[in-house]
Amino acid sequence: MSDTIAIPAGATPASRTRFGSNSGQPMTRRDGVLKVTGAATFAADNHPEGLLHAVYAAATISRGRVTSLNVDAARAHPGVVEVLTPENRPPLALDPDTKPYPFAFLIEVLQDDTVRYAGQPIALVVAETLEAATEAARLLSPTYDAAPARVGLDAVEPYDPEAVGVGSPPTTEKGDIEAGLSAASQRVDARYETPGQYHNAMEPHAIVASWDGDRLTLDTPNQAIVMSTGSFAAWFGIPAENVTIRSPFLGGGFGSKAIIVGPQILAILAAKMLGRPVKLALRREQMYGPVGHRGATRQDFRIGIDGDGRLTALDHLTTAATSTFEDFIEPASNASHDLYATPALSSRHKAVRLDIGTPGPMRAPGEASGSAALESAIDEAALAAGLDPLEFRLRNYAETDPASGKPFSAKALRECYAEGAERFGWSKRPLEPRQMRDEAGRLVGWGMGTALFPAPMFQAKATATLRADGTALVETAGADMGQGAWTALHQIAADGLGLDIDSVEFHSGHSGLPDGGIAGGSGHTATAGSALHAAGTDVIAKLADLATNDENSPLFGAGNVGVEAQDGRLYRADDPGRSESYGDILARAGLSEIEGAGQGGRDPASAEERAMFSHGAVFAEVKVDPDLGQIRVSRLVGAFAAGRIINPRLATSQLYGGMIWGIGFALHEEAVHDRRSGRIMNANLAEYHVPVNADVPTMDVILVDEHDPYVNALGIKGVGEIGITGTVGAIANAIWHATGVRVRRFPIGLADLIDGASAH
Amino acid sequence: MNLFDYFRPASLAEAVAAGSQPGSAYLGAGTNLLDLMKGGVLAPSRLVDLTHLPDLNRIEQLADGSTRIGALVKNAALAHDPDFARAYPAVAEALLSGASAQLRNAATVGSNLMQRTRCAYFTDPASACNKRQPGSGCDAIGGENRAHAVLGWSDHCIAVHPSDFCVALTALGALVEIEGPTGRREVAMTDFYLLPGDTPEKETVLEAGEMIVAVRLPPEAAAFAGHQRYLKVRERTSYAFALASAAAALKIENGLIVEARLALGGVATKPWRTQAAEAVLVGATPGKEAFENAAEAAFAEAKPSGENAYKIALGRRVVTRALMMAAAGTPKRMPALPASPFASETGANAHV
Repeated sequence: MSDTIAIPAGATPASRTRFGSNSGQPMTRRDGVLKVTGAATFAADNHPEGLLHAVYAAATISRGRVTSLNVDAARAHPGVVEVLTPENRPPLALDPDTKPYPFAFLIEVLQDDTVRYAGQPIALVVAETLEAATEAARLLSPTYDAAPARVGLDAVEPYDPEAVGVGSPPTTEKGDIEAGLSAASQRVDARYETPGQYHNAMEPHAIVASWDGDRLTLDTPNQAIVMSTGSFAAWFGIPAENVTIRSPFLGGGFGSKAIIVGPQILAILAAKMLGRPVKLALRREQMYGPVGHRGATRQDFRIGIDGDGRLTALDHLTTAATSTFEDFIEPASNASHDLYATPALSSRHKAVRLDIGTPGPMRAPGEASGSAALESAIDEAALAAGLDPLEFRLRNYAETDPASGKPFSAKALRECYAEGAERFGWSKRPLEPRQMRDEAGRLVGWGMGTALFPAPMFQAKATATLRADGTALVETAGADMGQGAWTALHQIAADGLGLDIDSVEFHSGHSGLPDGGIAGGSGHTATAGSALHAAGTDVIAKLADLATNDENSPLFGAGNVGVEAQDGRLYRADDPGRSESYGDILARAGLSEIEGAGQGGRDPASAEERAMFSHGAVFAEVKVDPDLGQIRVSRLVGAFAAGRIINPRLATSQLYGGMIWGIGFALHEEAVHDRRSGRIMNANLAEYHVPVNADVPTMDVILVDEHDPYVNALGIKGVGEIGITGTVGAIANAIWHATGVRVRRFPIGLADLIDGASAH
Repeated sequence: MNLFDYFRPASLAEAVAAGSQPGSAYLGAGTNLLDLMKGGVLAPSRLVDLTHLPDLNRIEQLADGSTRIGALVKNAALAHDPDFARAYPAVAEALLSGASAQLRNAATVGSNLMQRTRCAYFTDPASACNKRQPGSGCDAIGGENRAHAVLGWSDHCIAVHPSDFCVALTALGALVEIEGPTGRREVAMTDFYLLPGDTPEKETVLEAGEMIVAVRLPPEAAAFAGHQRYLKVRERTSYAFALASAAAALKIENGLIVEARLALGGVATKPWRTQAAEAVLVGATPGKEAFENAAEAAFAEAKPSGENAYKIALGRRVVTRALMMAAAGTPKRMPALPASPFASETGANAHV
């Protein structure tokens, strides 16, 4: 069992290394060999001595009460150790029905017999084997007092939420919308709908909980390792430092592993109650309930356009689904805040309380759903204005942030439009739909969308230790969700130390390390990377002090002109002929090592003065069978400007992943609730469709140069989420361009097209 | 845990003896049965593992010109058998359009015939389903039924038969060889499956203890090799069940259709041969008009079982297209996306 990921020295072929500049290299994942050989240990791979297995029974109704559980039958099953129900569940230190700490979600931990959604845990069975626990959970045979399920956005009246997303205001208004609409020569009023979607990480949520007295060790995938120690500790009334979280590898997170969820607490509670380690791993269908999802939305637009094709008003009203007991309102209207210049801007949100699990952040929360609708509506506006969709977007290009009026820290969106359009061949696009066919007679359409995602930073710490042999150790409790974050962070850390990456050992994924912050919001590389780089430069500063004050060093007295660190040596800045190795400096000083520390976080003054976003432009080609309506994306080109790119291979890969998710959003993903029971009827990977390889076309990602001096000292933004934005709209717009049919409900399917596609 | 006996017979006789006992289920590769057991849908008390039986994994050319496929032949092995694919290209195409490469490598021919519907109400033990629990009702009716049947359904069941392979076999008049307690018998594919009626739990003519040992394509089936295709329409390009599919086979002489075979998938409660449509085609000139007439005939009896009226229009177009593709001629090579409307090439001239 590995406590942390420890990437050894010598993992990179020499030909890949360019000394002094690790950042910018297209290195492969440094944990790749561990993963393909099976040596990487994921949470559920841990089997401590005495391990018990927990399986929870899930409610099959969406609303009502559990009236009976056959606990005797479950207990009598061979191998069963304990059955937890609301009647015998030991107490927790917190009330699950009140908000105990920031960013907490109300959770379901057997506090009573109420059922609030289908899939809610209603009992937990702990047994010597997984099979025994599974069968005993089935033997519980619950009966219910069920009330009619409320699912679908029309099931109840909307209310006005106090906040959307994570604490954002529900309404933003600038200028006079009604006046803007009155002044318009063209209007677009359109309603779009997006369904509930589920994270479906390859690795289901899993936890192995082990108690030693009042100390708790957790093997569980987690996107915010150090912060979560405090959250877990609070539920059990112990200090945060008593909790150790080991999360060396995540098989995907997408926002669903950033939040403490009920099943985790139940597993820990069972381990405490029974005095033995307990493992709980969700079954695939259990991932459609207590662990969050992208909430369904309905988005109403009112757009005004003047005679020159410029916006006079943009009004974006989202009605989002949340649970009956907790608020997570998909902040979809906020996607309209920062993209197109308009004298009048209004973004508003309403919400409906449904008998569903609470939604939560899912890759590009708000931005993905909002962009899908906004970019489609903008396409409709371009059509109303009689303009090419790219020309329309350029006419409405925002030179300053539309919502705040602030200047952008950097915005290379024009370059993204230009480079993407050039690569795609956009200039050949006919304005009218249904103009293009391929050699087999299929309808061909081209569409585009603008991509946008905020460039936030959180707070992170890191340490660096330079050793006598000239190698170094760097540490931060970051999280790699599979995208290669640690490789990029390792590159940055090596640059901070002026070492090649193979001379630097990298430790991460353990709560005992310095807090690496949250792997979310596309801010992890910027935040943890800044901390790591600062830790390295702190070491170098101390080393330079030693050398420049030492008469026996060739660098003595260089303090005025300074020294530069490169390839394990310090050089006089004014005379590269005079240098000394790190090891020699340490040896002469009689030191075995030097430690440094660094922090990452945004400069508050910059944050106040400037709007900070990554931008992009996505161009899509789709083909539609004119008779059968079946759709296939045949080309995708995305051009993205996201500040300094640390690792172009991994950044490109992440952008591919986001764009592929965009295909799924546009064409495939939808949780189907039975209208009567409220149960999700396709809670499995066979029927909840995500794109397969045959759905993914030739893809082209262009990394557009962008120098952003304000986001952070390294100029790093993020690429984790922006790939979905823009792509969904681009595909929807291409379908319209191919068929002449505007589908305003996602996912777009052949039933939407078989009438329209052949009507002409 | 969920206890069951596991028995690995050494001979057909042993298998049938074990399979005849109440609570037994025959196990092939288990790509469907084991999932259903894990999901609490089925709970056999004994699994009789057929995968180690001798002599059931051969593809044989018989003296009378027919082809016999052993029940344990893997889907992938059959589809990639060059002689088989040349003689029955639509069967190979149907096989390769089903499931995923991994599943095709594991799944067996006999089990493919025995796979259960993917109706979500069947696989969800909390739902009422007359197939799973006779007399409990059908929650698919009035539920989420966009993918359900428009042909052959009853007030007791509207579930679609999921197979692609069986659709092509049905079109070509395949026979099912059955071994059982009373010996061997054979049944035409068209008679093998039962309509749901008021006993949807009874899906085939198999009696207790009976098992499939082989599927046989009759000598006359090979005569369609030059003009046969399988077409499958779905929401994603691969790894999805058909919303509508069709296997079409034509015999064309002197510019006229002299014989036609047509079966539908994804739209009916069993693999659906439509002899009414075949009759329309005989004597007709191959072309869109004749094919649209056949499509009309194929769906003459169709009616929506819920929010799936679009499948009737879609099914007609699938039939028309499949016939167009068959008339154009079997491609020289299997398309890169078998059975897909996005297959790169169609017609005899492709790849030449």
